[in-house]
Amino acid sequence: MTEPPTARISRDEVVQVARLARLELTDEELDLFTGQLAGILEHAEDVEALDVEGIEPTSHPFDLVNVLRADVVGPTLDRDEVLTQAPAVESNRFKVPPVLGEEP
Amino acid sequence: MSATTAQEIAAAVRSGERSAVEVVREHLDRVSAREGELHAFNLVLADEAVAAAEDVDRRVAAGEDPGPLAGVPIALKDNLATRGIPTTCSSKILADWRPPYDATVVTRLREAGAVFVGKTNLDEFAMGSSTENSAFGPSRNPHDPSRVPGGSSGGSAVAVAAGFASLALGSDTGGSIRQPAALCGVVGVKPTYGMVSRYGLVAFASSLDQIGPFTTTVADAALVLEVIGGHDPMDSTSIPQAAPALLDGLDRGVEGLRIGIVRELNDEGIDADVAGRVAEAAAALEAAGAIVGEASVPAATLGLSAYYLIAPAEASSNLARYDGIRYGLRVDGPTAGDVFERTRTAGFGAEVKRRIMLGTYALSAGYYDAYYGKALKVRTLILRDFAAAYEQFDLLLSPTSPCEAFKLGDKTADPLQMYMNDVCTIPSNLAGQPSVSVPFGTGDEGLPVGVQLMGPTLGEATMLRAAAVLEATAP
Repeated sequence: MTEPPTARISRDEVVQVARLARLELTDEELDLFTGQLAGILEHAEDVEALDVEGIEPTSHPFDLVNVLRADVVGPTLDRDEVLTQAPAVESNRFKVPPVLGEEP
Repeated sequence: MSATTAQEIAAAVRSGERSAVEVVREHLDRVSAREGELHAFNLVLADEAVAAAEDVDRRVAAGEDPGPLAGVPIALKDNLATRGIPTTCSSKILADWRPPYDATVVTRLREAGAVFVGKTNLDEFAMGSSTENSAFGPSRNPHDPSRVPGGSSGGSAVAVAAGFASLALGSDTGGSIRQPAALCGVVGVKPTYGMVSRYGLVAFASSLDQIGPFTTTVADAALVLEVIGGHDPMDSTSIPQAAPALLDGLDRGVEGLRIGIVRELNDEGIDADVAGRVAEAAAALEAAGAIVGEASVPAATLGLSAYYLIAPAEASSNLARYDGIRYGLRVDGPTAGDVFERTRTAGFGAEVKRRIMLGTYALSAGYYDAYYGKALKVRTLILRDFAAAYEQFDLLLSPTSPCEAFKLGDKTADPLQMYMNDVCTIPSNLAGQPSVSVPFGTGDEGLPVGVQLMGPTLGEATMLRAAAVLEATAP
């Protein structure tokens, strides 16, 4: 797919981002997303072009303080109930496939 | 589409004048009649609702008071956790998830005597403005089923507008309560960030998400906010204050209140008929004694761009938890990495993938400062501009949505065109401030139009007073 000269994101970058996001995209999806993401980033030009020298970022509406609770035992989720929702369980634990690709 | 208000239902049930079972059956009958056409719900809890209503009636008969929402039929957006009851977020990845806990708002409503009638449809993970991004099919506008109800909390708006529930809860990250409320002709409130606990709300963009009500009257919205608001130790971003008193003084009017029409949000891109309704709303407030002028929030014009960098960035991080290991869908593969990728590829729909991609890109090395970092600074500018506006005005006024309800399919091809629906609602989310959409007449096509009142942090009481005036004077 040919990209307009102003394209904000290339197809190769979209491939790389999909890898980072753990998504497998088809060729058609890659083409579609490349165009759509470029369009959205194009619209964000007003933000990108802004001179924000000396302005502090706001990541949250209020100043957050760390909230610590008293170190006492309180109610927790029921383990059996939680594990009923897991796709695979073994010995009261979540069962995870091999991380390094070896057979268990 | 007439529905009894929550206040009327609760009063009648508490006094023994009406049975909660009779009330819930009336609502379930309306569900039976029109749900097939409108698709408000992912799940109707008919048997559970009747059982809960029977319990309310038993308590009334035993001389107990079931609470301020006794026997009130309520619909819950399907991204609010309900213990043992499917909570899908309208996503294939959570299609079979039954949470092991209740959201705090669910617990509080139940303790107030509410009866849950169902879980409502939404754009997948609350990402959208029409419910067309639901994995289970779109909801439809009860005023014209060929049109969208808005989104993302479209199912909740439909449930209230069609009389399936007396009130409903939704969540609002960039307008997801107010825009569908406007398009369906009901009241919708996004409270101050931190006023209502987010515990049990499936996270989309955590610094913006807030739970709020859909109601047929402003007084019902005040009532339900009193029930669900107030500090919750389970949400570390919850404001450490008790629930505000909102019903008391709600009828005090707007005499002497200074209300500013936001110039930047009544500009190009707003349909003329909608802008006309906003002007009429301003005139109505003025006639009721308010001092109306023009306000300016210059950075609001940057809100859309900043939002569509910040919200996807937070979403890309929040949605990393869907990996097929602890709950939700799993698509098997030889390694854990394969399971992650296959599960997410099969489980997420196109819009969710698009936003995860956008957010991952905006946060990636080399682009962080240009996009996400700058968007956070724009958020500072918006907060500053609002603070300056609130030195001159008590409340601000704008359209809720730039247009009436549009046809299904009209805006699905171009994501940017869909995002434009949120242009007036986004600034309040970025600022963490309260905002309400009130029905105010209809547009050129005969469909509901909503006007938006915005207030400063924890300004709900004043904001709802003005909303009540608009409600009383609406054409």
